[in-house]
Amino acid sequence: MDLSANYFALFELPTTFELDRAALDSRYRVLQAEVHPDRFAGSTDAERRRSMQWATRVNEGYRVLRRPLDRARYLLELQGFDVDAERNTAMDPEFLMEQMEWREGVMEARAASDLAALEDIHRRLKHTLEARYDELGELIDQRQAHAEAAGKVRELMFLEKLLSEVDDALADLEDA
Amino acid sequence: MALLQIAEPGQSAAPHEHKLAVGIDLGTTNSLVATVRSGMAKVLNDEQGRSMLPSVVRYLPDGSIEVGREAQRHQADDPRNTIVSVKRFMGRGLQDIAHSEALPYEFESAPGMVRVRTRAGVKSPVEVSAEILKSLKGRAEAALGGDLVGVVITVPAYFDDAQRQATKDAAKLAGLNVLRLLNEPTAAAIAYGLDNKSEGVFAIYDLGGGTFDISILRLAKGVFEVLSTGGDSALGGDDFDHRIYCWMLEAAKISPPSAEDARRLMERAREAKEYLTTHDNAPINLRLKSGETVDVVLTTEIFTEITQTLVSKTIQPVKKALRDAGLRPDDIQGVVMVGGATRMPQIQRAVAEYFKQEPLNNLDPDKVVALGAAKQADLLAGNRTSDDDWLLLDVIPLSLGLETMGGLTEKIIPRNSTIPIARAQEFTTFKDGQTALAVHVVQGERELVADCRSLARFELRGIPPMVAGAPRIRVTFQVDADGLLSVTARETISGVESSVTVKPSYGLSDDEITTMLQDSMAHAKDDAFLRALTESRVEAQRLIEATQVALHEDAHLLDAAEREKIDQALAKLAEVIQGDNRRTLNMTMDALVDATNEFAARRMDQSIRRALAGKKVTEVADSALGAAAGEEKQ
Repeated sequence: MDLSANYFALFELPTTFELDRAALDSRYRVLQAEVHPDRFAGSTDAERRRSMQWATRVNEGYRVLRRPLDRARYLLELQGFDVDAERNTAMDPEFLMEQMEWREGVMEARAASDLAALEDIHRRLKHTLEARYDELGELIDQRQAHAEAAGKVRELMFLEKLLSEVDDALADLEDA
Repeated sequence: MALLQIAEPGQSAAPHEHKLAVGIDLGTTNSLVATVRSGMAKVLNDEQGRSMLPSVVRYLPDGSIEVGREAQRHQADDPRNTIVSVKRFMGRGLQDIAHSEALPYEFESAPGMVRVRTRAGVKSPVEVSAEILKSLKGRAEAALGGDLVGVVITVPAYFDDAQRQATKDAAKLAGLNVLRLLNEPTAAAIAYGLDNKSEGVFAIYDLGGGTFDISILRLAKGVFEVLSTGGDSALGGDDFDHRIYCWMLEAAKISPPSAEDARRLMERAREAKEYLTTHDNAPINLRLKSGETVDVVLTTEIFTEITQTLVSKTIQPVKKALRDAGLRPDDIQGVVMVGGATRMPQIQRAVAEYFKQEPLNNLDPDKVVALGAAKQADLLAGNRTSDDDWLLLDVIPLSLGLETMGGLTEKIIPRNSTIPIARAQEFTTFKDGQTALAVHVVQGERELVADCRSLARFELRGIPPMVAGAPRIRVTFQVDADGLLSVTARETISGVESSVTVKPSYGLSDDEITTMLQDSMAHAKDDAFLRALTESRVEAQRLIEATQVALHEDAHLLDAAEREKIDQALAKLAEVIQGDNRRTLNMTMDALVDATNEFAARRMDQSIRRALAGKKVTEVADSALGAAAGEEKQ
C-alpha cells in the first residue's frame, strides 16, 4: 500500500461502479483513525507530514468514491477514458432538447417564485438521475462499454449541474 | 529552568507519564483554560477561585500589563489603553471592523491587520491576544505544577484563514506549543457527546461574545464527524449590547458621548441584557461625566424588538448549514446551546421555533468549549489509551478560490470539505517567453474577488521561457488539520522544480513574530536568547521521545544500516541538547528528521495495512452503526 494506490485499492473495494456504501463508510473511518494528524500530534515532523498526506488522500478518495458521478469519472479514467478531454464531442440532439425543456421549466418556476413547481422539477430530476445511474452502472460493470459510458457521464454532468441550480433556486425561495 | 530527562536510546522515555496539556477557550469577552485530571475535564480557576478571565488587556503607565478583571475595572477611566474584545480585530483590516468609529481606540491601518496605538506603543491584536494566553498559561502551570507539553486553542468554526493564522501566531508569541486549533462548536460537541454518550445528528448553536457558529455533526461511537458549518464571525452578544446602547442614547436623548461615557453606557447595556435573562424589565440609571443623566427602563418587549434582526441573522446560517448537510430541521436529534449569549430568552425561543424542539441547555454554555478543548488536548498529548479515544473529522468553513480573468473567483476547495484536503490546479502562460505568473488566493463564497477575503498574492518566478501555453505550473493548495492553508508550486514540463510556500497576507511573518518576541523581552535581553534556546530544547526532547517510541515499536522495519544511521542521529541530538548553541541544536534536529523520513513512511504503511486487515472481522457489526450519510450533492 502506498500513497499512489488507486482509491478502490486503498479502500479495498472492488473496482466497480456498484458500491457497498456501508463498507466504504466503515473503512473510511478505520483508515482515518490510523492516519489522521490527530494521531500524530506528538510525533516527528516526518511522521506528521506523512500523516497529513495520507489523511488528505483518504479524504479525497472517500469524496470521489461516494459520489456516483465522481466515482464513474474516476473509474473511466482508470480505464484510460478522460471524460473532460472529450468535452467537445457533440451531444445527442434529443438530450439537448430535453435539457432546454428542463431549463425553461426551472427559469419559469424561478421567475414566478413557484415553490411547488420547483419541488416537482427537483423530484423528477432526482428520479431521472437515479435511472441514469442504474443504466451507467450496467454499462460499466456488466458490459464494459467504457466509451459509451463516458458519453453518459458527460450527460450526467449536465443534469447534476442542473440539479444544483434547482437546489440554489429552492434555497433562494426559502430564504426570501 | 526545569532539567530535561534524557532516556537511553532505544528506551522509551516513560511512556505512561501523564503529559500536561490544556484546552484554552480564547473568547471575545471571556477566556478559560481547562484540563483533564483523573479522567475528568475541569476548568482551572485563578487564585480567587474565578474561572472566567475577562479578555481585557491594559497597558499601564509604568510599563506593566494587566489582564482580566483588574484591566476590566479600568476600561471606563483608561479606555484607550484598555483593549476589550480584541478577538474581533484578529486577522482583520480596519475596514472590516464594525462600528470602529464608536470604539475608543486609536487605530492604525497596517498592511494585513489593524493595529492599536497605546501608551506602550503600537500593538497588533496578535500581541494583545498573546497577553491573554500568557495569563492563562501562567494560571495553568501554577495549578498543574509543571510546564505544559501542548495546548488546544479553540477558534470560531467560521474563522477564516487569516483569523486562524493570527490565533496561532498569538499562541507562538505566548510561548505555547499548539497541538491543534479546534473549532468551538466541535469542542462543545466533544464535551457534550462524550458526557452524554450521544449518537445521531446534532446541531451546535454557538453564540459567543463576538462570533456566531452553527455546526451540524454526526456523532457515532468514537467518531465526531462535522457535516457542515456556517456562521458569522462578526456577530455576537456584543452586538446585542450595542443595540441596547443605541436605544439608550435615543431614549434618554443623549448627545454623542465621550469615549469614557460610551464605555460606561456599554457596561450598563451589558448588565441590562444579562438582567433580562431572568427579569421582565431592567431599569437603567446613570449619571454621565458630561452631566447628562440616563433614567430609562428596558423591557423584554423592547429588547426583543430592537434585536430581532440580529436573532434572524443567526437563523440564515443555520438554514444554509442544514442545506449543505442535505438535512432538514426535523433530522436533527438535538440542538446544543453554547456561549453565554444563548441565555437570552429570545434566542432560546427562536432556536426552539426553528428546530421545533426545546434546545439542550444541560451543559454550562460558558464552559463547554473549554472542557471539550481540554479533552481533545488530553487525547492529542497521548494521555488516553487506544480503546478509549475518538476520531474527529472537521471541515473548512469557507471556500478557497483563485482570481481569474475579469475579477471573478474560481473555487478550488469548496466549503465544508473534510480537512486535511489538497487540490492542485495547473496554470500556464499566455505570452511567449513569459517567466512569471501572478496568483491571487481568496476565501469566501461570492463570485466577485472583491467580495471575498484576499488571503495571499504571490508571483511564481523563474518559469523557463517557452512559447505561450507550454509551461505547466502545478500549484497545490493544502489545508491542514488546523484549517490553515499553504500553497506550493512546481513547473512540471521543464523538469525545473521550484517550490514555494506562501503565508497568507494577513498573517505575520516569522521575522515579525521574532521582533515581537524580542520586544516583549526588552527588559531582559538575555531572556530572549535563553527562551529561544529553551524552546529548541523542548522541541528536541519531543523529537527524541517520539523517535524512541517509534524505534521501540517498529524496529523490525529497519535493516541494521538504517537503524545505525538513526541511532547515530539520535545520540548526536541527545549530546547537543545539553549545549547552548541553538543553531547546532536545530541542525541536529533536522538531521534526525531526515534520517527518520523513510522509517516514518514505512510505519504509516504498516499501520494502514494492519488496520484494514483487522477491520474485515468486525466490519459486519460496525457497518450497521455507520449509517450512510445523507444524500450526496454534486
